[in-house]
Amino acid sequence: MQDVAANFINLDVMNITYLFIVGFVGGLVSGFIGSGGAFVLTPAMMSLGVPGLIAVASNMCHKFPKALIGAIKRAKYGQVDVKLGIVLGISAEAGVLYGAHIQENIKKSFGDAGSNLYVSVAFVVILAVVGGFVLRDAWKTYRSGNINEEEKATKLAKWVQSINIPGTMVYFKSLNAKISVLFTIPLGFATGMLAATIAVGGFIGVPAMIYVLGAPSLMASATELVTAFVMGLGGSFKYAMSGLVDIRLAMIILAGSLFGIQLGAIGTTYVKPFMIKMVMGVIMVIVLFSRALMVPVYLSQLGLIQTLADTTIKILKTTSFAIMALALLIGAFIVLKAMWQGRRAEKLLHAGELEHGKV
Amino acid sequence: MASGLNKNVRKKPIGEMLFMGILSVALYAVLLMKQDAINSYFGRGGIYAFLPIITAFVFSYFHGAFTGDFWTVLGVEAKKKREVK
Repeated sequence: MQDVAANFINLDVMNITYLFIVGFVGGLVSGFIGSGGAFVLTPAMMSLGVPGLIAVASNMCHKFPKALIGAIKRAKYGQVDVKLGIVLGISAEAGVLYGAHIQENIKKSFGDAGSNLYVSVAFVVILAVVGGFVLRDAWKTYRSGNINEEEKATKLAKWVQSINIPGTMVYFKSLNAKISVLFTIPLGFATGMLAATIAVGGFIGVPAMIYVLGAPSLMASATELVTAFVMGLGGSFKYAMSGLVDIRLAMIILAGSLFGIQLGAIGTTYVKPFMIKMVMGVIMVIVLFSRALMVPVYLSQLGLIQTLADTTIKILKTTSFAIMALALLIGAFIVLKAMWQGRRAEKLLHAGELEHGKV
Repeated sequence: MASGLNKNVRKKPIGEMLFMGILSVALYAVLLMKQDAINSYFGRGGIYAFLPIITAFVFSYFHGAFTGDFWTVLGVEAKKKREVK
């Protein structure tokens, strides 16, 4: 019994407050863009001395109840496509298992530095491609002045919706069309693989729903919460079977993140859809730099480049974590600001209506 | 604040918020006061995996209701849907 407790850190008021705040900010962002608030939690816990695997497991165990509450909230606003979320979630589960399997093999062959390098490179490549695309799209909408126009499905999405493969067609309300599950399965699988690798499947899941399937941004980000719930529940159970979940950490983060996710979900009702893409793109691109800084560290640990001095490694590590935290804070700031402006506009409109209504 | 103006606003769920708030504080108090005992069971793995999962659901039910009411009571609510012509 002693050895189990030895894996779990001591919690004091400082630790608890820190986790609560990080949880809140992460929840706020997740409630808004469907996921993406959790990637900072694993390194945040590790900075308190929590071993890597326990940090990953505890993070996941706070993610699924958080996603559940967020999904319920956003379903009230009519933004959730439960069927699409579950269909993607099940294939994502397979992706998680496969992703974890790859991770284990890399760890076996190349050690911790090898697996860290793989994670960082995956981060950099995927975030550069997908994040760059999402951000460019949001920026184009913003610049064109068409922010009030309804989002149009991409050519790719129109093509996907036009393909009819008998026996595999399912109607999804978010797309208002029937599409073949042969398209959703690989997307879900990729979402799961990414979740197992960098802890945020939504960075593939949400853009895939928007650009490949043709879902509106608001529905895609809300539906991702259902996918995250399905994926997180299975993942947490797997980790819990090995006794890796530190329930105290998970529940303390949950305490903060439930405040955040409710607020983020409310925020989506005040903003134009392109803001979802904007926040997501900005976070993805900033995080990309955070991980890119770590690549030389792992390369040197593997002996592929000249060995770096300890102080250099320390500086790179600290800067990388700071950039990651900054990405999340900027995301949270944009969400709060957009919400604040939306509420003010709403109040002014309401006041105007009252004036007008007076006889 | 503007209670007289917003006639069509529903009553704020202060009672429910307090009830759910007290229950979630109680849950957290038990979790932190009994952490040694809880860790020793929850970290066993195998069939004990159900313990953290069930705990997560229970906490999210009560704390989720509390945080939802919390923002409502503060007046932070979703934008009301307007009739679209």
